Amino acid sequence: MRRKGLGVRGKGSAVAQCFFLAACIIGLSHSIVLAQTPLTPPQDVRAFDTPSDGGGSLTVLWSPASYDSTVTKYQILLSEGTTVSDPAAMKVVAEFPANQRYVRESKWPWWTRPATRDQHQFTLRNGRGIELKDGTVYSITVAAVLNDDRVIATPVQATPQPNWLNWNQMNNLLLALLFGGIVFYAIGTARKREIFLRRIPGLDAVDEAIGRATELGKPILYLTGAHDMSDPSTIAAAVILGRVAKRTAAYETDLLVPHRDPITMAVCQEITKQAYLEAGKPDLYKEDSNFFITSDQFSYTAAVDGIMLRKKPAANFFMGSYFAEALLLTETGASTGAIQIAGTDSDHQLPFFVTTCDYTLIGEELYAASAYLSREPVQVGTLRGQDIGKALILGVLGIGTILATLGIMLDAEWPQLFLDVFKDMK
Amino acid sequence: MIFLRRQVPLLITLITGIVFAAQYYVPHPASEQMLTSVTKWLQIIGGFALVLGVSSLFHVHAVKIRRKEAGWGYSFVLYVSMLGTIAVGLWSNGKEAVDGTMTAFGWIYNFMMVPLQGTMFAILAFFIASAAYRSFRARSREAAVLLIAAVIVMMGRVPLGEYLIPLSGDLSQWILNVLNASVRRAILIGVSLGTIALSIKIIFGMERSYLGGGKE
Repeated sequence: MRRKGLGVRGKGSAVAQCFFLAACIIGLSHSIVLAQTPLTPPQDVRAFDTPSDGGGSLTVLWSPASYDSTVTKYQILLSEGTTVSDPAAMKVVAEFPANQRYVRESKWPWWTRPATRDQHQFTLRNGRGIELKDGTVYSITVAAVLNDDRVIATPVQATPQPNWLNWNQMNNLLLALLFGGIVFYAIGTARKREIFLRRIPGLDAVDEAIGRATELGKPILYLTGAHDMSDPSTIAAAVILGRVAKRTAAYETDLLVPHRDPITMAVCQEITKQAYLEAGKPDLYKEDSNFFITSDQFSYTAAVDGIMLRKKPAANFFMGSYFAEALLLTETGASTGAIQIAGTDSDHQLPFFVTTCDYTLIGEELYAASAYLSREPVQVGTLRGQDIGKALILGVLGIGTILATLGIMLDAEWPQLFLDVFKDMK
Repeated sequence: MIFLRRQVPLLITLITGIVFAAQYYVPHPASEQMLTSVTKWLQIIGGFALVLGVSSLFHVHAVKIRRKEAGWGYSFVLYVSMLGTIAVGLWSNGKEAVDGTMTAFGWIYNFMMVPLQGTMFAILAFFIASAAYRSFRARSREAAVLLIAAVIVMMGRVPLGEYLIPLSGDLSQWILNVLNASVRRAILIGVSLGTIALSIKIIFGMERSYLGGGKE
């Protein structure tokens, strides 16, 4: 067995030696080819202000060469001014293997790509020993280096400057406008004919929760989340508060709205007052139904938990955005036996809400709540617009997957024309 | 009056909404500067708004103390704590430490506020356990799926679990990266569209209830 084992090892060694020899031969021949390839200055060097940026940046392009490999290196040379007496004396601002930095590696979409994908490209930016002043002319060139040999292309001039439009994000703008158009179209349609809305159990339960609170003679607790009024989820929560307040006014039930942000509190006071007016019960409105506690996360949580335990609200509404306090609030609420309805776009807190609340409005349902409760054509039409938008995204995902797969299978670039339009949408 | 309360805020919303939506597409430093300035304005307005908040807090608790409502003692504690902290803060010039020595204000923050905040956060561990117990009782098919997925993920995320069941590591990664991530992304797409739609409604004045309701 030992002998056999040795024999196998011996065979393996022979195979390994063969591979090693072959690799040496290939490497040697490659080196010979490289050594035989004369090092010529990089061709077609172009430099220009990096488009669609805030300034302080230049981009250099040059053609690929026959000597491009890991052994050969490219250097980017920079100097201030238009005249360069000795290009060799220019400052080396970057050095990298010659088989790197191609246009295809950059994130430019096809409509802003400055050259074909096989061209070399390097973008100089302020920082890391480079200071590019907007409006100042710079001389730039590229040098090819192999061992002790160094050849430098003729320097070219470029001036960095800030731009007024980011053309790379035009796909984003186009799709935002398209989606806006779809929303307006859907609102127009909703004004002409009724649009079906699927049932949202969490919103159907709003009346049940308010009714239960009325029967028990206990208040309703409504929270608007952790963010301020600049956050859409807080605005959505404030809008829903208006609908809830209108019903609490009609049922003559107490409403408690503790806040973390004074501006949100002021806005919600106005919304609540208006809701009581619309319900025909302005005399029942209490100025301090909306009150400020603190902007500190856990102090607020402790205070609200205290309110839950002392006043024992019959229904708790958690609308808006939440963080670690979500479970502390909802678990305390669950322990008091209140009906709990949550609505949040904080996907990281959804599991806690789903676990501890009776009903949870997941993500977009928070934004749909206003439409569902009011049934106004503008609101319902917006919902239809969102649905069309989702169908569009679903279609793009499907087509994009097929095209990306085809692009790889056929080694084709044409799918990129479609894929780039939907890339980097943020 | 209705012009000041309705039309002017709607006009401001329309103009600033369009300008700051466009700002996203303008990389020029002037555009960045504008955004920075407005962010500072918001901070200043937020500072002034705090007066509103604090006055609301004082008013609510003063009423409770005056009427001797249930739990008015807590309101009294709040008054004492708040006024005491303000007094100590003024006395310490708002500094937590001077020349490396902790001030009384710093002492209140480090030895009262921080431990209290830590305590609240620590309670979360117990609440997670109780919530997990409630939801993991396999009373329905969905709860059973949740329970199995949770057990696999928990086993796969701790060294001992992966040692006992080697497959749990890969399986938990698959659950997180494929099932969980795809659902999260689906939710995020819906949320993003909802946010954009709400923003469009607010910018173009179709959603006005944040101004105080009404349709006029």
